[in-house]
Amino acid sequence: MSMTAAINAVSTVFLESTEKFYDTELNLEVTGPKKMITLWADGKEVFSISETIVTGWVIILLVALLLKWLTSDLKVVPTSKKQAAAEWIVTFFNDLVTENLGAELVKFAPYIATVFTFALTGSLISIFGLRSVTADINCTGTWAMLTFILITYYKFKTNGFLGYFKSFADPIFLMAPINVLSEVATPVSMALRMFGNISSGMIISSIVYAALMILSHTVYNLLNLSIGALQYFSVFQIGIPAVLSLYFDFFSSVIQSYVFIMLTMAYIRNARGTE
Amino acid sequence: MEGWTYEQTMLIAQAIVLCGQGIGAGLALIAGIGPGIGEGFAVGKAIETIGRQPEAKSDARNTMYVGCAIAESTGIYGLFIGMALLFFNPFLKYLGA
Repeated sequence: MSMTAAINAVSTVFLESTEKFYDTELNLEVTGPKKMITLWADGKEVFSISETIVTGWVIILLVALLLKWLTSDLKVVPTSKKQAAAEWIVTFFNDLVTENLGAELVKFAPYIATVFTFALTGSLISIFGLRSVTADINCTGTWAMLTFILITYYKFKTNGFLGYFKSFADPIFLMAPINVLSEVATPVSMALRMFGNISSGMIISSIVYAALMILSHTVYNLLNLSIGALQYFSVFQIGIPAVLSLYFDFFSSVIQSYVFIMLTMAYIRNARGTE
Repeated sequence: MEGWTYEQTMLIAQAIVLCGQGIGAGLALIAGIGPGIGEGFAVGKAIETIGRQPEAKSDARNTMYVGCAIAESTGIYGLFIGMALLFFNPFLKYLGA
């Protein structure tokens, strides 16, 4: 059968089954985080709480409860698996920070552990169908700003007040604009890296879901299935997106969270210089 | 434009904007070339290291993952610009229609 004949046969199937034609329109909507709670005053929007904040607080509560449970009734000699897990987590982050920042800055372990846990759970929440917290630039931007404040604090502490401003004129004062630019680029690139990875994964996932919906409906049309509950059920959406989800949700989230804390520690180490 | 109604002019203007957005999105994804080459190079070097020193396997692998994720970020910026151009239509609002 020639190509034209095949196309004609397909279009005949479509034309004959118009009364049970499945809607294959692309219903793809890519937006920022939705506004969950909005406060209006005099017909103007004064205050709104986004999806990110609500999901973020749910995560904070869940993680806090989990940690509370993990650290309840501790013993000097651990007998339960629960306490062994809690001690493993603490030791892991203490070792990581000691290895990267040195023993005197092990006080940063709680901060690093907090950022890592929030980044990881906030990205992995997309497995449960919620919008990732880290797919919002406000969230990653906040963490990047915290890192920037830490870097600047350690630069002041190491070089002194005048030494900090003098470090911009290195090697000659003509380089000052470029140095300022690279200083500003640090938090911007940190924020955009995590945000870009997670949100582009989310967008690609939603495109794949929409495409699989169209594919399923086209197959229903070709098989001449009668319209019914199948309108809301796409057979190809089962299983196939899981492979993508493994990369975009799981792998990408873990790697990006790890990279974020590794970069934070690397920048702090650089800011302290060689003492 | 002579003899055109306002609606026709706006339609042509929107078509030009959308056309430019499509071309721009395609051009933005050229940014994917750099990370592709860079990550391939990094992975190749990591495999060389593991072949030479199999005992340093976990160190080489961790460093490779972090390096790849950092090298990937420029490609991600390009991808993000492409996505923004395709889905958020950032320039249509300047037409004032």
